[in-house]
Amino acid sequence: MSGISEITRGLWKENPVFRLLLGMCPTLATTTSCNFAVGMGLSALFVLVASNVAVAALRNVIPGKTRLPCFIVLIATFVTIVDLVLNAYVHNIHKALGIFIPLIVVNCIILGRAEAFASKRPVWDSFLDGLGMGLGFTFGLVCLATVREVLGNGTWFGFPVTPEGYQILVFVLPPGAFISLGFLIGAMNGIENWRKAHG
Amino acid sequence: MAEMSIVSILVASILTLNVVFARFLGICPYLGVSKNISTAFGMSSAVLFVMTLCTAITYPVHHLVLVPLKMEYLRTISFILVIAALVQLVEIVMKKTTRGLYNALGIFLPLITTNCAILGIAILNITEGLGYLQALVFTAGSAIGFGVALCIFAGIREQLAVRRIPKVLEGAPIGLITAGILALAFMGFAGL
Repeated sequence: MSGISEITRGLWKENPVFRLLLGMCPTLATTTSCNFAVGMGLSALFVLVASNVAVAALRNVIPGKTRLPCFIVLIATFVTIVDLVLNAYVHNIHKALGIFIPLIVVNCIILGRAEAFASKRPVWDSFLDGLGMGLGFTFGLVCLATVREVLGNGTWFGFPVTPEGYQILVFVLPPGAFISLGFLIGAMNGIENWRKAHG
Repeated sequence: MAEMSIVSILVASILTLNVVFARFLGICPYLGVSKNISTAFGMSSAVLFVMTLCTAITYPVHHLVLVPLKMEYLRTISFILVIAALVQLVEIVMKKTTRGLYNALGIFLPLITTNCAILGIAILNITEGLGYLQALVFTAGSAIGFGVALCIFAGIREQLAVRRIPKVLEGAPIGLITAGILALAFMGFAGL
């Protein structure tokens, strides 16, 4: 498989948010604004790439029976790095993301890619796969955050887009997260069905 | 939250700060194992059991081991290891001693390690600065809240299975939309 298709696969065909439905908790929780969504997406991207590379590099060293605990320790190490770095340099984003930074450890996308892909493939392929999946995750988060921030807060990345008084508060509250994500996935299914039907 | 009484922590963690609808923890099992009420009930009891046990152990680990050694930055790593080891241990002990309970909860136990609600609540106990008893009540309340959400949702899903739903919304999307409407209903408890 060529490098480009490794990356684009994560963006659309196997998009973790819309198609695989992995990592739902941070998806719903951190998409109240696009800035937080990008922060969450990039943190997950870093952990995904780093853990994929580390797992792929150590795939012949880690014994098969204890591989899952080993993967989790590797992932937790990178998550701790992200946690400390965010806290030091972008404190307000760290504060807004709260416990969802340490919870990247149990994000199924990361362990899933380590187990299904990186533990069987060379380092470079795993790097590209991590990059693609991470970008796909970020893309999914920003899509959802765009819907929620524009409808709920009237802004996009902090810039005002709708006039004063046209905000629907419920979209930045928890129910809005579930409902917007439900309809977004529905829309993605619709596009995919249409593409299949029309070649 | 640290200044709230035990009773109000219990009520808040079950209803107003419901772990699924307000904190977005444990969404994967919420969408995954809610096909019928009996599985939902099995999963909720397994979560209640493991979650309370995890808090009972991770809380002293943080305050008696990590804090005196000034190694709070190892919290994530040590907690996930404790939880993973604990789930394995519980599974082995239950298999030997309480066969009935093991058969009832068995398949849900390994799934629980990756349930972000367990790690999430263990970390929240620390970041909210709760006392030991408060932390235990908060954990049990959150687990009950998870169970309530899961069982209500499973009941609705059993009805959804026989209704006509637009084709693109079948499966997860309609589940999420239903969850959204349920979350709206749970927001009503905020007035309490």
